[in-house]
Amino acid sequence: MAEIVIKNGVVYDPKNGVDGEKNEICIKDGKIVNNVGVGAKVIDAEGCLVLPGGVDGHTHCAGKINTARIMSPHDMRYSPIPGLSGPEPGTKLLRPQVGYNTPNTHAIGYRYSKLGYTTIAEAAITPMMARHMHEEFESIPILDKLALVLLGSNWQVMQYIQDGDSEMLKSYMAWALLASRGYGVKVVNPGGGSSWTWGKNVTGIDDKVIDFDVTPADILIGLAEANEALNLPHSIHVHCNNLGVPGNIPTTLDTMKLLEKVKASQDRQVMHLTHMQFHSYTGTSWMDFASGSDQIADYVNKHDHLTFDMGQMIFGPAMTMTADGPTEYRNARMFGAKWSNYDQELEDAGGIVPLSYTPQHFAHATMWSIGLELALLVKDPWKVMFTTDNPNGGAFVNYPEGQVLLMSDKKRQEVIAGFPDMTMDRISLPNIDRELDWGEMTVMTRSMPAKMLGLEEKGHLGAGADADVAIYDLKPDKVDVSVQHEAVKKALSFAKYTIKGGEVVVQDGDITALPKGKVYWVNAYENGIVQAEKDRLITDLEERFKKYYSMQFSNYMVEDAYVPRPVEIRPEVA
Amino acid sequence: MPVIKDVVCTFCGCLCDDLEVTVEDNKITKVGKACKLGRAKTMGMFLHERIEKPMIRKNGKNSELEECSYDEAITKAAEILVAAKRPMSYGWCSTSCEAIEKAVVLAEVTGSLFDSTANVCHGPSALATQEKGAPSCSLGTAKNYADLIIFWGCNPVHAHPRHQTRYSTMAKGAFTPNGKKDKKMVVVDPRNTDTAKKADLLIQLTPGTDYVLIEALRAIVNGHADVLPDEIAGLPKAKVMELADMCKASKFGIIYFGMGITQTRGRYKSGDNVSSLLSDLTQTNKFVMIGMRGHYNVTGFGQVAAWETGFPMAIDFSRGSAYYNPGETGTNDVLMRKEVDAFITGAADPGAHFPQESVKHLYKIPAIQVDGYANPTTEFSDVVIPAAIAGVECDGTAYRMDGQPIRMKKLIETTFKTDEEILTEIIAKVHELKENGGA
Ligand code: SF4
Ligand SMILES: [Zn+2]
Repeated sequence: MAEIVIKNGVVYDPKNGVDGEKNEICIKDGKIVNNVGVGAKVIDAEGCLVLPGGVDGHTHCAGKINTARIMSPHDMRYSPIPGLSGPEPGTKLLRPQVGYNTPNTHAIGYRYSKLGYTTIAEAAITPMMARHMHEEFESIPILDKLALVLLGSNWQVMQYIQDGDSEMLKSYMAWALLASRGYGVKVVNPGGGSSWTWGKNVTGIDDKVIDFDVTPADILIGLAEANEALNLPHSIHVHCNNLGVPGNIPTTLDTMKLLEKVKASQDRQVMHLTHMQFHSYTGTSWMDFASGSDQIADYVNKHDHLTFDMGQMIFGPAMTMTADGPTEYRNARMFGAKWSNYDQELEDAGGIVPLSYTPQHFAHATMWSIGLELALLVKDPWKVMFTTDNPNGGAFVNYPEGQVLLMSDKKRQEVIAGFPDMTMDRISLPNIDRELDWGEMTVMTRSMPAKMLGLEEKGHLGAGADADVAIYDLKPDKVDVSVQHEAVKKALSFAKYTIKGGEVVVQDGDITALPKGKVYWVNAYENGIVQAEKDRLITDLEERFKKYYSMQFSNYMVEDAYVPRPVEIRPEVA
Repeated sequence: MPVIKDVVCTFCGCLCDDLEVTVEDNKITKVGKACKLGRAKTMGMFLHERIEKPMIRKNGKNSELEECSYDEAITKAAEILVAAKRPMSYGWCSTSCEAIEKAVVLAEVTGSLFDSTANVCHGPSALATQEKGAPSCSLGTAKNYADLIIFWGCNPVHAHPRHQTRYSTMAKGAFTPNGKKDKKMVVVDPRNTDTAKKADLLIQLTPGTDYVLIEALRAIVNGHADVLPDEIAGLPKAKVMELADMCKASKFGIIYFGMGITQTRGRYKSGDNVSSLLSDLTQTNKFVMIGMRGHYNVTGFGQVAAWETGFPMAIDFSRGSAYYNPGETGTNDVLMRKEVDAFITGAADPGAHFPQESVKHLYKIPAIQVDGYANPTTEFSDVVIPAAIAGVECDGTAYRMDGQPIRMKKLIETTFKTDEEILTEIIAKVHELKENGGA
């Protein structure tokens, strides 16, 4: 593969302590290297911003999104952001594109690349449905991918926790990642998915789950300890109970405190909490509901065992999709919206409901403010990942909008000025004047997600990193983001260059090449579980498949054919 | 004797994956565990009329099909599609998702209309999903939980023979350990079908009154029974009350619906009202639904089309981007308007299943068939390309009626090209012709 050298860029690479310096970036064989030969292709960045490729550590991009597509032909024609949404014909190089919140697979690949993102993590797939997700992964061009596997309402998990059988729990967790070619462990509304199959839910971490003698707290601790015992690169990735419920702050704080006692197996958090915005509400109903971001930020500032992502809301139509089945049913009833539901045997629930957020409603205005408050009130950017929980809080093509909001108090105040008065005593955002700098923004969109996930080759530009690089048409030393926020947003929306694995895939905002991405997955089973324990697990699973599953055990595991370019990570065995 | 276990049956949407197939000398000699339909399908190539060679008509519709090489047939197919102004690609429901992905590409590069067999069966369920969503579950969830099973406008005894033993009324599950004894079964159908004969309650409604019945159930469930007339959908009100009471008494109910809902008066409006009924019932217990899809991978077509193009069916690529407007862009809509000037179909039999008017038009335009077997569609096809049978002669992915993907196995060797290979070669040829200014 050709060698490339990027010259005259203003480089931000927080992991390696580079903060806006005019360093050269050398690329060879798809990797960042220390130097290249004289024949290397030169990209003159002309003083522009050079960052590692973006890493989206939590997005709904494959699997459940397909039902959302079938539900929303209207979305396919919707184009609020020309160039990043709506129908576009195919070209000699490109496949046709459609959609905004639920674009087709090809559009997902093209548009993330245009934003300078090169790695995405599908946030919620059951092991049984993983084959479907991998089919969509294979159809999304350019990007590297990985999957977080839902285990928080899984019968095997709950049974082994109930039995106090931590060895079986560990074995099953490792096997489930193998079976789904998954990367990390996702926990959604722990225990609630199982209760939801009866149309019920759990209401806090000490509630009892229907049919199993366990609580959400037992599930969280059990999974976190097994996760650390297996030395997985990522921690457990948790969507707390009571999402979107006014007064859910105690549940969120309880969850955070609960995990204080778990020891991390490596230099990272023991729990990542996702879309924190939806879990930071005070009050007792939608009438007295208000931001609790100060309480969450205060706790996070004082503790080091967790990270979170924002779940920033973007105004306009959104598509909510989550394994949190009861939440989706509640949404659908509350707004009279269309409702899809899927209860996956033995594994988890799921629901899909389209919503629309408007700055004219104090509840939405408050939620919008909370996401930003959380990111701005937490001092250490290495604890915060930038997300919209795509497309739950908003479509990923709005990331530049969200990022600019974090960098410009002026822009925030402009939006707040349009809020109804009823919003003002519910939020603290008007009084927060912090503006993130490029280094901090790079952490939240690149370095932190890579570290949080344990992806060593991603999120930085040191030698040995994957050559995933984004160059934006803006000169950090000449532009005042606070004031020129619209120009910055435009630059972030259409990268001057995106380089993926050493290949130029975007130039001047247009796709130039369509390499296929890799799929990262974690094999903690082969070496991590001793044979006797493997035998014990398989015997039990065979029995469970006979009795409860609708599919043969031998047909369950994702076949190699679905993961043609795998990157298999084998954690060190403790 | 080599027995291949856990083979996936590629006949109906049940996609049973526990078959035991004996292969001797590259021939399937025994199929264990399948129902009659599944056995016939799996052994099919020795029972049906196989298309043995690629064939083309050299002198128009009235000339005979003559044997030719794969290359010739594929070239001819590409020429037809490139020359057409309004080509249409239809079917692709009894093949693998891998082939369907290629069919999408071919439709894109030729600016074709693109549709599945859902156009004549479950298409309205997709419309209902667009209106009100699809509250559903996996078949295993239904097996474990459902204590009330309603077959609405479908007849699984004949169309999905193992459905009841594997997934529904007879299946033993975690919370239904005694199988049938732990479940109630209702059939809603104007006919007293063989499925209905085993039901605890048969609701034999007047044909075409499904919507009325659903609406009445919603009224009762929401506490407005008093406003209903004494006769509903041709049934005494008491009978409808009985059904509503059964619904309210169950802990987990499921409606399996068939073409009785989707292809009768009311069409997608009936389906969308079922969704609303399920949502209403879920306020106190849990209710979901699953469509009883016929062709084994028609669900897969919807999935692949949705992720590749954004839409599940009735797609028009003539503008370059995907345009969707069922009623305008559905296969039979366009055929009846006589717009189509070239036709390619795979793994389907429009010749047997389309309205006469559509078929008449198909007799007038160049048509290409990709299939393992000869059928009425062969009669009007100008290019006939034989294909390997997915799930028997090649592997690949199929989606069960509940959306569960399963990998089909290759059981025997074949010299036939797969649908995927054939489509890939046609695509390459189309590119070649276009580059040479062939159209
Ligand atoms: S029920 Fe359907 S899938 Fe199962 S064996 Fe019979 S035909 Fe095949
Ligand atoms: Zn999410």
